[in-house]
Amino acid sequence: MSKKLKAAIIGPGNIGTDLLMKMMRSDWIEPVWMVGIDPESEGLKRAQEFGIKVSTTGVDGLVPHVLEDDIRVAFDATSAYVHAENSRKLNELGVIMIDLTPAAIGPFCVPPVNLADHAKNLEMNVNMVTCGGQATIPMVAAVSRVQEVEYGEIVATVSSRSVGPGTRQNIDEFTRTTSGAVEKVGGAKKGKAIIIINPAEPPLMMRDTIHCQTTDTPDQAAITESVQQMVKEVQKYVPGYKLVNGPVFDGNKVSVFMEVEGLGDFLPKYAGNLDIMTAAGLRTAEMFAEEAEAGSIELPAR
Amino acid sequence: MSIQGKKVTLHDMSLRDGMHAKRHQISLDEMVNIATGLDEAGMPLIEVTHGDGLGGASLNYGFPAHTDEEYLSAVIPKMKNAKVSALLLPGIGTVEHLKMAKDLGVSTIRVATHCTEADVSEQHIGMAAKMEMDTVGFLMMAHMVSAEKVLEQAKLMENYGANCIYCTDSAGYMLPEEVKQKIGLLRAELNPNTELGFHGHHNLGMGVANSIAAVEAGANRIDGSVAGLGAGAGNTPLEVFVAVLDRMNADHGIDLYKIMDVAEDLVVPMMDHPIRLDRDALTLGYAGVYSSFLLFAKRAEATYGIQARDLLVELGRRGTVGGQEDMIEDLALTMAKEKGLI
Repeated sequence: MSKKLKAAIIGPGNIGTDLLMKMMRSDWIEPVWMVGIDPESEGLKRAQEFGIKVSTTGVDGLVPHVLEDDIRVAFDATSAYVHAENSRKLNELGVIMIDLTPAAIGPFCVPPVNLADHAKNLEMNVNMVTCGGQATIPMVAAVSRVQEVEYGEIVATVSSRSVGPGTRQNIDEFTRTTSGAVEKVGGAKKGKAIIIINPAEPPLMMRDTIHCQTTDTPDQAAITESVQQMVKEVQKYVPGYKLVNGPVFDGNKVSVFMEVEGLGDFLPKYAGNLDIMTAAGLRTAEMFAEEAEAGSIELPAR
Repeated sequence: MSIQGKKVTLHDMSLRDGMHAKRHQISLDEMVNIATGLDEAGMPLIEVTHGDGLGGASLNYGFPAHTDEEYLSAVIPKMKNAKVSALLLPGIGTVEHLKMAKDLGVSTIRVATHCTEADVSEQHIGMAAKMEMDTVGFLMMAHMVSAEKVLEQAKLMENYGANCIYCTDSAGYMLPEEVKQKIGLLRAELNPNTELGFHGHHNLGMGVANSIAAVEAGANRIDGSVAGLGAGAGNTPLEVFVAVLDRMNADHGIDLYKIMDVAEDLVVPMMDHPIRLDRDALTLGYAGVYSSFLLFAKRAEATYGIQARDLLVELGRRGTVGGQEDMIEDLALTMAKEKGLI
């Protein structure tokens, strides 16, 4: 029997397609279904060309096939509005849901920080926060695991071309969700998030600045070591995650300057903000598969 | 072109854009005194917030001496005639900040985006219009794109509910012809009821001339700052602009001597450095860089030994936009490494 977990992707847009391309290389996850609502969509056609089964009637078109195809994990790359229903229908059938929308009905997941805990607890719905969160929260956590962080602040600068209409219509959701996760996952007592959209051509690579205010004088050597370790952890699933400058120390302020280059699977390389979401989502599912294979978790009985 | 008899609504920036020049450290007393002086001089609108707008308090832009709530609560009850406005940059401030400002008595909200990214302002402009506030769409760094692009973005904001659109020269880069072209196209194509505004910076010494050009082309709201207190070489100095409007017989409603006195007696003594066109401020205007980068670049020069001018020119070349202050230290570190300074 194959150790790979079989998966469905909901939402055949840019994110869903990029995820599919990454998944086809995975040792742990096998893409089986792509779910959309528009039979004419480019993403569904492309998935079909890759030999993936497609539903053109949303999650309802997938549900009757979940058990016979042994679908164990689903990735939702649609919108916050429909995620709750998608999740309910699939969780009922024992499918683990990786939420790439801002719905956040399950706990936040930032792989190098708390994925292991979620996998051990067999969380049936985990949320991937935001692109800015995936890129920056590992750095906040790298400082907060050394010493108390009174305040954590992140600034994500992304290219205009990489920001879709959903994010634009509700940009407050980005700042709210990300600042919440800087606290809950990053470990800062108080969090703040800022997003800047830059229209320069050629498009700029995703840039992130992370500032942490420590309660006591920062232990420079320990923090530098911790940050460098954490960068390596993220590079395991996002090779283009790069420490450009820092950590820089100014009183109790610790600043780290990052750049995120994507793999360029389906999304362009400058869209590291989108790449880090799909890569983190896939890494999350892989960890569940690894834990199931190792026997440390028991997938829902079928 | 004559602007004789034309009504011009002035909007003071010294307590918001001026916060940049004061590293956001204006005291509550200073705020109240200056706002009171402006109110007595007949200033109809006064902006009060962190330099980067509501929610701007941060390590990235600087923590202010007091919160937006404290500043607004101190100033608004003291105003006899003047109304108070607040700036909001989506991505930094949120709808919650907007509601807070409204509850404290802010009457005008100005939702600011980069000149190509107006579609991030829909929820904020929509909410402000729904609450029946005077709602302004504020298109920053408007020198970076064509008049047609500014119009396209202005129409989005107008559709979301803005009753006034600003063409904002955040870098102080524009010359009067460009101002006329941009404001003229907006005037020709937007709803005739939509008001138009111009916000200038004095980095090429064109603040007053550009503001006059804007009025000639159809703008009726002009931003400026008493004694020029603002980012870069400051905003259009309001007392100067009032004198010029006076000479042109425009209808501005301000007492010239009173506003001169606010500038000279209250604002100038409070300045940390003279607001003038030094070489770095001039570089902002010449290279088309966001004015509030000035003090950050000077600090980076002091810390890392890279000339502020070199940093600003490179930031301009990279097409940085408002809010990217974090790139200044990042770039200084990279350049210092390349030069073997660190």
